[in-house]
Amino acid sequence: MTREQRLKKRYAAEKRFRFLGIGAIAISIFFVCLLLFKVFSTGSTAFIKTTIMTEVDFNKELLELGDVKKPTLKQIKEAEFYDVTYKAATGLFPYKNDEEEKGVKTLLSGNYEIEIKNYLLNNPELLGQKVTIELTASDDLDQLHKGNFPRDIPEDRRRLNNFQLNVYDNLVEQGKIGTAFGNYFFFHGDSRDPEIAGVAGAVIGSFFSIIICLMIAFPIALMAAVYLEEFAPKNTFTDIIEININNLAAVPSIVFGLLGLGMLLSVFGLPRSTSLVGGITLSLMTLPTIIIACRASLKAVPPSIREGALAIGASKVQTVCHHVVPLAMPGTLSGTIIGLAQALGESAPLLLIGMVAFVVDVPSVPTDPSTSLPVQIYLWSESAERGFVEKTSATIMLLIGFLVIMNSLAVWARQKFERKW
Amino acid sequence: MSNKNKITAKQVSVFYGSKQALFDVDLNIAEKEVTALIGPSGCGKSTFIRCLNRMNDVIDICKVEGNIEIDGQDIYDNSVDVVQLREKVGMVFQKPNPFPKSIYENISYGPNIHGIAKDKTHMDEIVETSLKRAALWDEVKDRLDQPGTGLSGGQQQRLCIARAISINPEVILMDEPCSALDPIATAKIESLIDELKSLYTIAIVTHSMAQAARVSQHTGFFHLGKLIEFDSTEKIFKNPEDKMTQDYITGRFG
Repeated sequence: MTREQRLKKRYAAEKRFRFLGIGAIAISIFFVCLLLFKVFSTGSTAFIKTTIMTEVDFNKELLELGDVKKPTLKQIKEAEFYDVTYKAATGLFPYKNDEEEKGVKTLLSGNYEIEIKNYLLNNPELLGQKVTIELTASDDLDQLHKGNFPRDIPEDRRRLNNFQLNVYDNLVEQGKIGTAFGNYFFFHGDSRDPEIAGVAGAVIGSFFSIIICLMIAFPIALMAAVYLEEFAPKNTFTDIIEININNLAAVPSIVFGLLGLGMLLSVFGLPRSTSLVGGITLSLMTLPTIIIACRASLKAVPPSIREGALAIGASKVQTVCHHVVPLAMPGTLSGTIIGLAQALGESAPLLLIGMVAFVVDVPSVPTDPSTSLPVQIYLWSESAERGFVEKTSATIMLLIGFLVIMNSLAVWARQKFERKW
Repeated sequence: MSNKNKITAKQVSVFYGSKQALFDVDLNIAEKEVTALIGPSGCGKSTFIRCLNRMNDVIDICKVEGNIEIDGQDIYDNSVDVVQLREKVGMVFQKPNPFPKSIYENISYGPNIHGIAKDKTHMDEIVETSLKRAALWDEVKDRLDQPGTGLSGGQQQRLCIARAISINPEVILMDEPCSALDPIATAKIESLIDELKSLYTIAIVTHSMAQAARVSQHTGFFHLGKLIEFDSTEKIFKNPEDKMTQDYITGRFG
């Protein structure tokens, strides 16, 4: 081979190599974009809800407050709202029979009675007046309005019958159908009705779990890493510990769920389905990951710093606490945050400790039953209603958003606290 | 002709695992003098100097045999606290290793952990004296709050010397302190060593024979873990007794 040929071959090889690299990145970006596009196009509509302008008559007689001159809030709260809400719902459209009456009523969400009551409680001066209120529409009408339900299929295969479609068209003509911010999605717990189901319970549950996970895993992992890296003698015993930590990091997460079930629930009798148990289980899972990250960052501290401190008469503990650990902090922090992000996205171990339960109330303390974001996604993805499909995607968007925030935090922490030597 | 001995080493052997790095070294270091240790790479001179403040303790597999006394006290005796020993025997390393903290904190760290300073004013004094003794004060007095790692290599090494003398040691060990520095910075460190010897006992490991000749009063020549020859610097460089020493000094090997 001549010199020129060899040169040409080398250039060709370099070109090929670069092309393969670009190709690999392009494929990854394509799939990420595909995922994001799918999730966004399905889920973005979950952030808004469809509403129906409904006329409500806060008649004092109907509320059975006729003989009270100036009712207090407490009296309004205890008033009988059945007639008022019934009249409001059935007043949407004239009907001929019971079936049609039900058809009209079910165009509103299952929560419309509470919405009407709360409206009056917030505006007590409206008592005795007729007002028009924006009420949340049912999931079926919501999906129809968002264009997710085809209208041209046979009636028996539709969720809305012909009469209801007619009512809907009529309401649209009157300009009574509108859209509003999807407050239920953000501020409500789970529900069987998609239009009033929300992620608040899952978000709070995830938040509690992550905080508990952090409070348990971080100190234990840091102490373990510092001891193994700085103090422990190098012998067979510490070698075995090291191998086992590395192995634990590779153990499937569901195994930790079994551990949580067997130990925390059965032996220690901690309350089932709670973010307390979820957090402890997740901390067991992230512990090895954080230990490995902490050890790597401790190892990266140059030995010259340790020698400098020792040579000036610092004890071993002083050397570690004053110099080595602070210098390892950026790596330690970002490793911890990445471990927590992993825990945030974990569902398998939580299924086993019962965080997969149907929980309507938003938890207020870690010992309340709750779900977590990934488990909520799993729960909703199994539901048949069309409304849950968009909620599933919207929850995925939320989860991805949290993960992006946490990973950015890790990068930020690394850069902020990094010191040069 | 020379001062009394500060450090006496007798029959010192050092093992790294099964490998012996030093063989029965007998060496005395005189008080308030500079003693240079020279020899080719891997000859054990750094190993020897690190025995004097027990820096070898941090290496698990390292074992020291023999007897090293400072002021008549065996430093490997069980009753000796290694922290107190290192308070007395400071060390400066090959590569400047200031802490990634401010210049002030670099100096104040030692006095702080040993509780030397009585109050803030006293600490300021210690920092100033240490930096002045290390001939660095004029260059950094306006930026004591800036990171020590932002200084030039030569300044960093003088900062490390200042850090070592901040706790007022009796002995300063220097392990090739100029090997990472340019000739101008080296000259500054050398003149600094010359000044410091009136206050401290100094042992310096160096690769540069010219440096040993310039700064030291006594010189020891190591080869393959053995102390080949130890005498006054003048004698070693002008009229060495051992053939190997002569060959090394004249540059025939090493």
